[in-house]
Amino acid sequence: MVALVVLAALATAGVMMGSKPLSAHTVGDALFRFDPSDTEHLVIRSLRLPRTVVGLLAGAALGLAGAVMQGVARNALADPGVLGVNSGAALFVVAGINFFGVTSLSGYVWFGLAGAAVSAAVVYAVGSMGASGATPLKLVLAGTATTAVLTSATQAVLLLNVSAFDQFRFWQVGSLAGRDEAVAWQGAPFVVAGAVLALALGRSLNLLALGDDTARALGQRVVRVRLAAALAVVLLSGTATAMAGPIGFVGLAVPHVARMLTGADHRWLLPYSMVLAPVLVLLADLVGRLVIRPTEVQVGIVTAAIGAPVLIAMVRSRKGAAL
Amino acid sequence: MSVRTRSVRGAVRRRRARPVVVVLALAVLLTAVALLVVGDFVVPLPEVIGVITGRADWKSQLFVLDIRLPRVLTGLLAGLGFGMSGAIFQSLVRNPLASPDVIGITSGASAAAATCIVALGLGGMAVSAGALAGALVTAVAIYLLSWRGGLSGQRLVLVGIGATALLSSLVSYLMTSAAVWDAQQVLIWLTGSLSGRTWTHTTTLACCLVPLALAAAALARPLNVLCLGDDLARGLGLWVERSRLALLLTGVGLAATATAAAGPVAFVALVSAPVARRLVRDGGPALAASALVGALVTLVSDFVAEHAFTPVELPVGVVTGVVGGPYLLVLLVTANRAGTSASRRGSRLLR
Repeated sequence: MVALVVLAALATAGVMMGSKPLSAHTVGDALFRFDPSDTEHLVIRSLRLPRTVVGLLAGAALGLAGAVMQGVARNALADPGVLGVNSGAALFVVAGINFFGVTSLSGYVWFGLAGAAVSAAVVYAVGSMGASGATPLKLVLAGTATTAVLTSATQAVLLLNVSAFDQFRFWQVGSLAGRDEAVAWQGAPFVVAGAVLALALGRSLNLLALGDDTARALGQRVVRVRLAAALAVVLLSGTATAMAGPIGFVGLAVPHVARMLTGADHRWLLPYSMVLAPVLVLLADLVGRLVIRPTEVQVGIVTAAIGAPVLIAMVRSRKGAAL
Repeated sequence: MSVRTRSVRGAVRRRRARPVVVVLALAVLLTAVALLVVGDFVVPLPEVIGVITGRADWKSQLFVLDIRLPRVLTGLLAGLGFGMSGAIFQSLVRNPLASPDVIGITSGASAAAATCIVALGLGGMAVSAGALAGALVTAVAIYLLSWRGGLSGQRLVLVGIGATALLSSLVSYLMTSAAVWDAQQVLIWLTGSLSGRTWTHTTTLACCLVPLALAAAALARPLNVLCLGDDLARGLGLWVERSRLALLLTGVGLAATATAAAGPVAFVALVSAPVARRLVRDGGPALAASALVGALVTLVSDFVAEHAFTPVELPVGVVTGVVGGPYLLVLLVTANRAGTSASRRGSRLLR
């Protein structure tokens, strides 16, 4: 509940503050008595509101995706980065820039989604080869290996093409700047679908945490759960990456923080992650906008700069090593 | 398992480890020679030997002695360092993913190098020195932050991840605020590259790395004992915390010097130890074999990076990533065919 209130407050602050602070009154007017001739109303409607909505959606998606992944991989280190999804999205975006001359954000969206889906499929296929199926260890190793290959390929393209590199380095950090309403509308259905699927998996992930054999004995269809989880992760992290670029660290860190609040029960862990992650993203966006006005620091940079000390502090304050 | 089968296994193990190390050393040597011979200007093998013994014309002398040999030696030493440090960390933290990159050491080196290139406009040895300092400072910070009346592997890894995130956000910031040219220099450094290494690099690296490698060799036995678990190791009379600290320092030093010399060459530290363990078929850390595998991977990759796409020369890290990834996958699949017990043990390690 507290987290929800904080989130609402942050969202409001996100709309009000910026290189030109606007009063709550103006914001209210822009929302409910919109006047197209008023520049301040225009700024709110066309810039700040979409930006905040994109931050909410992308943050929620990243938090959920991270929590689901850590549940499926039974590994506290798993996140879309470790399991190869981000690197797939990145490679496809680079290929889009380099070979198809894509320059617009809405063009990146589809390449990013396709890349996320392809690399997730590859990681799952490789991870489930062999006798014992897709064990957590094999999934993580397959993800690491795939990430290495994809990242190297990306680097090779970037080193050979300076102009692609020049575009990519700005996409790569993750940012909410310049996202318009269309981005939010395009992303929303995917995020909602992914979120519904992910939240529905809570009980199954709890069973999966007991180990494959136990879960199976308790009547769980392990393979089906894994596939559903993979679909949710691709929808969520693929869309988030497409909307805002690869915002690192959120998917990894937020579930840890949530776990410290809720314990290991995924039925609580998932919704908490979904609320806490956008808190981090919006806060980071706000800080990034205010800290070196009138220019900005991209949100992906700030999430790491804010989130990392919090994670380290939490890791230190825990007595046990049971993570 | 009875005592007898165990001792038989031990004997097999020892018999297997030595030939593997010898074969690996030979392979490293062959690759190094190949790197000296091949290039835009081919120096035939007798000529190479002539150069080393001091009887050859100035041109061969220039190419072999002044240009290629420092590069080859830098690659070899850096590879040894990466391989050894990966083996130490993976055994110590008991997590096959715990390479120096994951623990955050190389991110310190990267952030420092990026700062040197973008903010201070430095190049060459100055960047290496900065990277070394960055790696060491980061390592100390991570160690202090994860110390809490003892050291837990999990805590170390998580703190390392936090530090990596923080430092790589600094790198990203520098990348976006820099001019394209500078940013590309940073990208090349971050990929890991051996081109343009001089004797200054090589001798500095050797002075740092050789003592560390000797220290690691001396610590191989305590490391083996530590793998049995803290309680058992203590029971066998080992000073657990002190050995762990010594091993950590050595591993950090190895990773830091190797990264300073060649950049964070992707994947070498991560993949060398599993490959070596598989070759030696030993439960232990297999330090010597890991070091040699590291050197071999680095040299072969540098060969490919230099010659496969002529006239373009790629940084070595691009190749280690592309080659190392699939190899890990092969390892994964074959290990799996051998039975589920290995992967089960692995998943316990990862939790």
